Amino acid sequence: MQGYLRPDGRKGIRNVILVAYLVECAHHVARMIVTRADDMDIQLVGFPGCYPNDYALKIMSMLGAHPNVGGVLLVSLGCEGFNREALAQAIEASGRPVETLVIQECGGTLSTIQQGLDLVRALKGIASQTPRAPMTMSDLVIGTICGGSDGTSGITANPAVGRAFDRLGAEGAACVFEETGELVGCERIMASRAVTPELGRALEACVEKAAAYYTIMGYGSFAPGNAEGGLTTQEEKSMGAYSKSGSAEICGIIKPGEQPPTGGLYLLDVVPDGEPRFGFPNISDNAEIVELISCGAHMTLFTTGRGSVVGSAISPVIKVCANPETYRKLAGDMDIDAGKVLEGRATLDDVAEEICSLVAAVAQGQRTVSETLGHQEFILTYKSFEPTGPACLPLRRAS
Amino acid sequence: MTASPLLILLDPQDNVLVCGAPVSVGDDLWIDGDRVTAQQSLPIGHKVARRDLAVGDQVLRYGAPIGTVTAPTARGQHVHLHNLTSNYLASHTRQARQAVASQKD
Repeated sequence: MQGYLRPDGRKGIRNVILVAYLVECAHHVARMIVTRADDMDIQLVGFPGCYPNDYALKIMSMLGAHPNVGGVLLVSLGCEGFNREALAQAIEASGRPVETLVIQECGGTLSTIQQGLDLVRALKGIASQTPRAPMTMSDLVIGTICGGSDGTSGITANPAVGRAFDRLGAEGAACVFEETGELVGCERIMASRAVTPELGRALEACVEKAAAYYTIMGYGSFAPGNAEGGLTTQEEKSMGAYSKSGSAEICGIIKPGEQPPTGGLYLLDVVPDGEPRFGFPNISDNAEIVELISCGAHMTLFTTGRGSVVGSAISPVIKVCANPETYRKLAGDMDIDAGKVLEGRATLDDVAEEICSLVAAVAQGQRTVSETLGHQEFILTYKSFEPTGPACLPLRRAS
Repeated sequence: MTASPLLILLDPQDNVLVCGAPVSVGDDLWIDGDRVTAQQSLPIGHKVARRDLAVGDQVLRYGAPIGTVTAPTARGQHVHLHNLTSNYLASHTRQARQAVASQKD
């Protein structure tokens, strides 16, 4: 495998140019630049709020410095609270070219769009000079998420991803699972897989925090479609979701924007710390995919039973379909048919092998179905996190 | 898993089975070697009782508890929101308010 070699030593599997709006008021201008550039590797991201938020600044900084990113154009209205100077400095420090356009200083909508088009072409030219370097599985960070789960998810796609994670982790990849709200009911089983007893207690505490958060928000991580697909309770959905983590020992807990320090298996804690506050979102699949990418994920394995069609900006999404009936209805949106396990046409190990082969192919540049269809969803909202506790990354402390 | 049974037993301890394919009324459901006639149609992924379930019983799937039985359920019957509730957080549907109201009845 060959990757795009970044100045920090990390290697990317894509070389995208980001156009980032820093407040909703700059969204249209940024979107018009991306639309008119008409290039699948020039992509739109952004933050809609006007008040500043440390979490949003951290996530945007990590995205601008992501190994799949070759350059960034920031689009500011001018009066919003987002610290555009700090963001530009963080991206520049990562060795990536960054430009800023302030609409109030650029002559308004049409002029900013025109200047933006010129700048993204220039950024693309610089990014195209990025050196290529040999890359192995240990250079990769791979995330997983489930969306639109049903009663088949925990039988086919999720355990197949778990087996793929076991193999990819053994080859040195950092594998990240997430959504602690979908681990409610599995906390003790999960804690027994931690590399240290302290980490085990931290894993249980993560899930307790998620249960408390969702109780206050009024809804668990359970959508009406889950019930229509045969899932009855949160803990039933959790057991299925948990199987995406495979059977390897759990090396640590990271929070959004933190990079896994070694290969192996990590839990990403996406539930905000402290009391839920006005403006916090309830969960959505793409918000979690963005958080996985902020932790360096080069690609995401997305399992679905009901049939999600989303992709993502920055990092490719591989769609693994759990339900054979859904696959027949939405085959054009799926990369892998895991539901065939239910029809006796493959084993879980066969599907895991298929996933690992596709991961290697996508790392070498093969486009996933959602990439080809132009899915580049992105959402970032307000949250707040405290620093990760000392028990969460025992391997980093030991090294 | 290499065969393609209509009902799947995920763990020997489980007291529910998962439909591996759609079930139609009148289908033969084979449960632990006994033939039980399906009383209702069920989509793929839904659960039926492996044995008679009483109120207060824990339902086991993957060998792990997934909630508490809220209504007597005979072997072979559908196990879902009408007779099973979470030990943690309430599930909601698009008719969430009605579902909560009917649970209180």
